[in-house]
Amino acid sequence: MITATVETRDNYLNHEYGVKSWLLTKDHKRIGLLYLAAITFFFFLGGIFATVIRLELLTPPGDLVSAQTYNKLFTLHGVIMVFLFLIPSIPATLGNFLVPLMIGCKDLAFPKINLLSWYIFMAGGACVLYAMLQGGVDTGWTFYVPFSTSYANTYVILTGVGIFISGFASILTGLNFIVTIHRMRAPGLTWFRLPLFIWSMYATSLIQVLGTPVIAVTILLVAVERGFHLGIFDPALGGDPVLFQHLFWFYSHPAVYIMVLPGMGIISEIVSVFTRKKVFGYRFVAFSSVAIAVLGFLVWGHHMFVASQSVYASLVFSFLSFFVAVPSAIKVFNWTATLYKGSISYDTPMLYAFGFIGLFTIGGLTGTFLATLGFDVHVTDTYFVVAHFHYIMVGGTLMAYLGGMHYWWPKMTGRMYPEGWAKLSALVVFLGFNLTFFPQFIMGYLGMPRRYHAYPEEFQVYHVLSTAGASVLAVGYLIPAIYFVWSLRFGKIAPDNPWNASGLEWQTTSPPPPENFEITPVVTYEAYDYSILEEMKVG
Amino acid sequence: MANHSLALRHQFDDVEQQKDASTFGMWIFLATEVLFFGGMFCCYTVYRSAYPAAFGHASNHLDLILGAVSTAVLIFSSFTMACAVNSASTGARNALVAFLGITILFAAAFLVIEMSEWRMLYKEGLMPGFNFTYKEFDPGHVQLFFCMYFAMTGLHASHVTIGIGILAIMAFRAWRGAFGPDYFTPIEISGLYWHFVDLVWIFLFPLYYLIARHLQG
Amino acid sequence: MAEHIVTKKQYSYVFGALLLLTFVTTSVGMMDLGRLNVIVALVIAVIKALLVVLFFMHIYWSTKLNKLVVVAGVAWLALLLWLTLTDVLSRGWLPFPGK
Repeated sequence: MITATVETRDNYLNHEYGVKSWLLTKDHKRIGLLYLAAITFFFFLGGIFATVIRLELLTPPGDLVSAQTYNKLFTLHGVIMVFLFLIPSIPATLGNFLVPLMIGCKDLAFPKINLLSWYIFMAGGACVLYAMLQGGVDTGWTFYVPFSTSYANTYVILTGVGIFISGFASILTGLNFIVTIHRMRAPGLTWFRLPLFIWSMYATSLIQVLGTPVIAVTILLVAVERGFHLGIFDPALGGDPVLFQHLFWFYSHPAVYIMVLPGMGIISEIVSVFTRKKVFGYRFVAFSSVAIAVLGFLVWGHHMFVASQSVYASLVFSFLSFFVAVPSAIKVFNWTATLYKGSISYDTPMLYAFGFIGLFTIGGLTGTFLATLGFDVHVTDTYFVVAHFHYIMVGGTLMAYLGGMHYWWPKMTGRMYPEGWAKLSALVVFLGFNLTFFPQFIMGYLGMPRRYHAYPEEFQVYHVLSTAGASVLAVGYLIPAIYFVWSLRFGKIAPDNPWNASGLEWQTTSPPPPENFEITPVVTYEAYDYSILEEMKVG
Repeated sequence: MANHSLALRHQFDDVEQQKDASTFGMWIFLATEVLFFGGMFCCYTVYRSAYPAAFGHASNHLDLILGAVSTAVLIFSSFTMACAVNSASTGARNALVAFLGITILFAAAFLVIEMSEWRMLYKEGLMPGFNFTYKEFDPGHVQLFFCMYFAMTGLHASHVTIGIGILAIMAFRAWRGAFGPDYFTPIEISGLYWHFVDLVWIFLFPLYYLIARHLQG
Repeated sequence: MAEHIVTKKQYSYVFGALLLLTFVTTSVGMMDLGRLNVIVALVIAVIKALLVVLFFMHIYWSTKLNKLVVVAGVAWLALLLWLTLTDVLSRGWLPFPGK
């Protein structure tokens, strides 16, 4: 009986049918799903490259692929995972879906621009794919000059154009969110009543808007230099290759926070709901997001300690880098404090949140090692760095993304995922992840450089562990992919508010109607106030 | 589309909110534009500080008078654009179309002057990548100057071209009567874009034409 | 946001000022004043930019939020220049190349 009423209720999924209704939609929820489809594709594509990399590294000699192919593999893995998966992952899918729902409005401020951003993203992705099919690119995802401008014989310009284009998708998403969050909050929803996910999306958008144009113009200059044989960064003409790195990292360091800040927002939501408590020190957590966004722009030089940057600049950047640890630590401590004396339930999203907190802490602490000038000189370009940023991006962002997907899946699809399988896969992901990347800290510390396809035999044991972990991890990612699709048809029908959460998105139906709310909600309480739910039931 | 009705889109509560959101969005876009050009301004600053003498020599190959005239032309187009917004807000349709027309005309004039400058540089063998034959003082760094010159003026010219397109569409819509005193946000936003293009040139002019001329050390 | 309509007459004053400043900066540019050339040219450019932003682009009458966006854009550009220059300008301080 319940099934029948839910099926017939008008929602954003059954409001219109047909390919055209999806490709021309201006509904933020549908655009979120379009992005979801696209980035899932890119995630598995990037995963295939990772798989081949790990297989090659199983044995010390370079026997599976040639050095040249290996260069292309890690470049494409990096380019696809960073620009086409991680950067749009949470903002463009969950963010698109949730921002208007969480602040109680009908849509983003500029729905057409939102759809446009998806098409721009797809165009950028298509360029990268085309470059890949033509023969790939081997510069590393960083496109360092003068190799990328003068020596590489691969499809640098095409890939660069792809990244240039997809950057504008990111800018437009950020712009849309900032305007929406400023101008379209429901009556009564003041800044300090906002869910922390909104604060983190706001901080992320600031970085997208202020950072992305710089890398866009930098890649444009690289493409122009390569295409017309100019000398903008060419040391032979007095150009400065280190200047390229400055411009590149001005965006690409803050880009790390584009990836991880939204994850932090998700964790704040999940930790609060599954402990039935307000997030400890709400204002500190909220402002720490903005602080990370701002401080993130002051530290980029720590990527260039050995790139013949002046030592004085290195000192300054090293010093400033430590400041990022402060707001990051505030978050971790406050999540932990939220757990204290909470009534914790161990549903799947919470398992991912636990995973995030632990792994992000390891990733963050090794980050402070690397910010230390003396230590970084020794481990630059080793697997220590590789392990560090995978702990942040995979252990952090991806864990949070999966946690968020499970948490909001009932709202997005109106179906529950199978809890048993989900818990199992969360465990598999956690174990597989640590087995893959923890050995990389050790071998990096012992001197295994990154980006080599062959290595001395003494490192083999760590590489074998890492490859074994990667296969476990792959299983951990495949299981959710399968049961999410399965649940679309066979999952239990989700109630409107399966987690008893207090956010506005849970006060509308699952899945939400096309215009989100039947009547515009009026907010009279702070975020994460669970007593209000009891009052509503009584009322 | 062509009437004075307050085209209120469904996601907004009222016209004021919609207008505010659009202007605010445009300003954020302009902030990204500042940083888009900013990357190149950063390159310029670094190279100018490293090679002042070469920049001095190179700068003298640009025509100062031409630069000054094109600055005046662009400023005038900015002025007429501001007048167009004023006409829109008072509902003077014909004046609005006329001012937009003048703005487009002067934008085109700016491009023509710029093209003639580029053509001159090409003929003198000062266009890197196409025809660069300069052999006198420190040719490598002089080439760097011209690389940055063409990159920045080229990016600026592409913005002018896009601006002409936008203004043409606005002029057409205005002529059809799409705007009135209660709805002219698109005109206002296009105006912001156009003034930004002017702003960039206000800095490009001194950086390339003025401040290096006498450094030939 | 209260709508503020600026008259064409007010705009023409701004335009006059901009034109005058262009004339001044060009004339000064023709003279050799040493370091002063750079300072004069940039100060005049900043004044012109302020005139355009404040009056042509209505920031003078605009919301605090829009003013904030302008400040943020300029501040981030300054950040990019400042921290890049900490490297570029201090590279020659030690007596061996590349540091």
